[in-house]
Amino acid sequence: MVNLKDHLGRPVVAVTGIGVVTSLGVGKADNWAALTSGKSGIHPITRFPTDLLNTRISGMVDYLPSSTKGASALTYELAETAALEAVEEAGFATDDFDGPLFLASPPVELDWRDRFTLYAGDDEGSASERLLKVARSQNSLDMFDTSQFGSIADRLADRFGTRGLPITTSTACASGATAIQLGVEAIRRGECDRALSVGADGSATAEALIRFSLLSALSTNNDVPEKASKPFSKDRDGFVLAEGSAALVLESLESALARGAEVLGILRGCGEKADDFHRTRSKPDGSPAIAAVKAALADAGLAEDEIDYVNAHGTSTPENDKMEHLSLSTVFGERIRKIPVSSNKSMIGHTLSAAGAIEAAFSLMTMREGVIPPTINYDNPDPSIELDVVPNVMRKAEVRTVLSNSFGFGGQNTCLVMAREPV
Amino acid sequence: MANRDVVITGIGLVSSLGEGGAAHWDKLTTAGTAPVIDAERFQPYAIHPLPEIDWGLQIAKRGDQRQMETWQRLGTYTAGMALDDAGIKGNDELSATMDMVVAAGGGERDEAVDAGVLAASENRTDRDVLINEKLTTELRPTLFLAQLSNLLAGNISIVHKVTGSSRTFMGEEGAGVSAIETAAARIRSGQSTHVLVGGAFQTEHSDMLLGYELAGYLHRGPWKPVWQRQGSEGGGVVTGSGGAFLVLESRDHAEARGQKIYAELGPVLSGRARRRNGGLSANIAELLAKAELPEGELLAISGASGAHAATAAERSALDGNPAIAARALSSLTGHMKEAQFPFAVALAALAVDRGAGYPAFEAGERDFSGQPRNVLATAIGYHQFEGMALVSAPR
Repeated sequence: MVNLKDHLGRPVVAVTGIGVVTSLGVGKADNWAALTSGKSGIHPITRFPTDLLNTRISGMVDYLPSSTKGASALTYELAETAALEAVEEAGFATDDFDGPLFLASPPVELDWRDRFTLYAGDDEGSASERLLKVARSQNSLDMFDTSQFGSIADRLADRFGTRGLPITTSTACASGATAIQLGVEAIRRGECDRALSVGADGSATAEALIRFSLLSALSTNNDVPEKASKPFSKDRDGFVLAEGSAALVLESLESALARGAEVLGILRGCGEKADDFHRTRSKPDGSPAIAAVKAALADAGLAEDEIDYVNAHGTSTPENDKMEHLSLSTVFGERIRKIPVSSNKSMIGHTLSAAGAIEAAFSLMTMREGVIPPTINYDNPDPSIELDVVPNVMRKAEVRTVLSNSFGFGGQNTCLVMAREPV
Repeated sequence: MANRDVVITGIGLVSSLGEGGAAHWDKLTTAGTAPVIDAERFQPYAIHPLPEIDWGLQIAKRGDQRQMETWQRLGTYTAGMALDDAGIKGNDELSATMDMVVAAGGGERDEAVDAGVLAASENRTDRDVLINEKLTTELRPTLFLAQLSNLLAGNISIVHKVTGSSRTFMGEEGAGVSAIETAAARIRSGQSTHVLVGGAFQTEHSDMLLGYELAGYLHRGPWKPVWQRQGSEGGGVVTGSGGAFLVLESRDHAEARGQKIYAELGPVLSGRARRRNGGLSANIAELLAKAELPEGELLAISGASGAHAATAAERSALDGNPAIAARALSSLTGHMKEAQFPFAVALAALAVDRGAGYPAFEAGERDFSGQPRNVLATAIGYHQFEGMALVSAPR
């Protein structure tokens, strides 16, 4: 008989459905096959011309019908595709989920193509006056929707019949983990038996790329795209902008068992801590990231020596990987050298708002399959980062528990602890 | 059993009327206070502009101020006021354990750069290359962060040292509703002891107006108060710059540190009506039915935007209960999007604390002369999402 309540007397939260889309493909099966064979989804950018750009590679999702239709349309399709896989696997009606929706998605801004269209619709006055005048005369609900921060969640709520006011969250690169945390907390509070948490990001526009470039955050290793993302390597030079999505159906263990659903894993703990040091840099002593990891372990009721594997944030930026190593070695001490720590981003790039959700999905699959996806492109180890990064080739291993890290701009640190089995 | 009633212990407010709870109380309880309106800058749209603000009062470092566009600065400033008011600002221990939920928009783009790209587009067919050309050379590198949604919370952490947790919700008025609903639920369940919650909106930027006008939501022509815009030219919304932050606390936590309690936050309700089916009014009525409204006359601070359909639906639902005397705050402040619901809750808390109602904000609003022990706050989104809360005198 398993415990339906956790160490703090709260409902245990199970995962009963998983969906995922990345540059490697649609669905768990294709992604897992690619991920465990060390395949990279990073490729040259074809969606827009790359003239004058320092970075000309990405992990964009280029094969969906919405891939050329703008950030809003693609983010919706990514979210819908992943959510459909997850809800179907969980065995709920795909138009009547009847639990709350938590969506991590990028902030929206009107696409350039729409700005050009509006601008061309009149020839008098300043640019902003022209846009406003044409906007009100066209009254295009489609264009309007792309400018509303709540639209994607609203459409998803319609599509899947979720309950109540959907929450759209943005905690930068930790957003996907935050969406999961919100779902876990809602179930623990007894507000619902199940929740749909989705992270989706289809916002890799030219402007997004340029913005990150101007912050010197991106790899410029354009010549061999699949080698550009190299977390924990000495010659890492930035992250690779990417797109993707993942969805988890979270459910109280009690509800899952009562309806005979297959339990795919347990969301045991969430921890967070904000950094007050700088907008893009972490506090030099790593204390916020350390506190987030510790908070997640405490929330999960697990000791440091009970984590079998770390799914790293591992962005391949000089700063992140150094800080992540510092925080992990502080929390886990000498033992960190023996814990496998790998970065999915070496293969799929940094999917920003979706990353925390995608990496949670892969963490759950790691435990179920007993296979740890590698950190690829680990040809030139950074000697100051002594980690077992599962270099270049996947590894079979019994993994009972995973820590998944997400650290973002604006001092956002969120960590999730997952387990294979209930206790 | 710990007492986890949710109480309001800090209020930070900025609007065209001024700054601070007391200033707003004074202005709003003076019958005939005229709204501050700028009808020139964004013709044919009137807006309620920000007042003169000495940013240094809440954001000491000029370097920090420079890292933010106006919207983030306004939010960070307003958050500082709320923390000050609650006696938390500068208290490292309370700040480091404080959770935060921010309702955010964002997207304060560089209008000059955008205008340059658009002007050049008239003579170019390779617009994608044009974007690369202009943006790689003309965008200020730090602008991205200075207008990014979650960086309002990020700046609050940096400037005010609130670091327990940091979550940003997006989605217009609904984000403000969810932020307060989630913060309250966290306190009631023991997940948080004290939470900073709120939002800001800076309308004095053409993209902020465009966000409404793409669907024709803005009022045009002579300014009118909220309930009187039906049938006027345009869509009925007049926007305003402003911010509202609250400090919510468990009663135990507030009492243990001897902090003044403005009011208790009762039920917080949220919804997503299928408006296309015409169900909004009924949906608002359902929320009202769940709000545990007390017997007798009831003051309501309505966040109604003026948007024709949503405002008519709210009016009809409120009129269904003759005991309710509604005050449309947007008549005096303009619509503040993500900050709208926190602002309405703050005004409700002030009325409960002062033991008096607000006079009608416009002709036709029902009289309320009693001493309010409970005040309702609403935010019915101009396009989507709805919420309300009942604020009560502390027991």
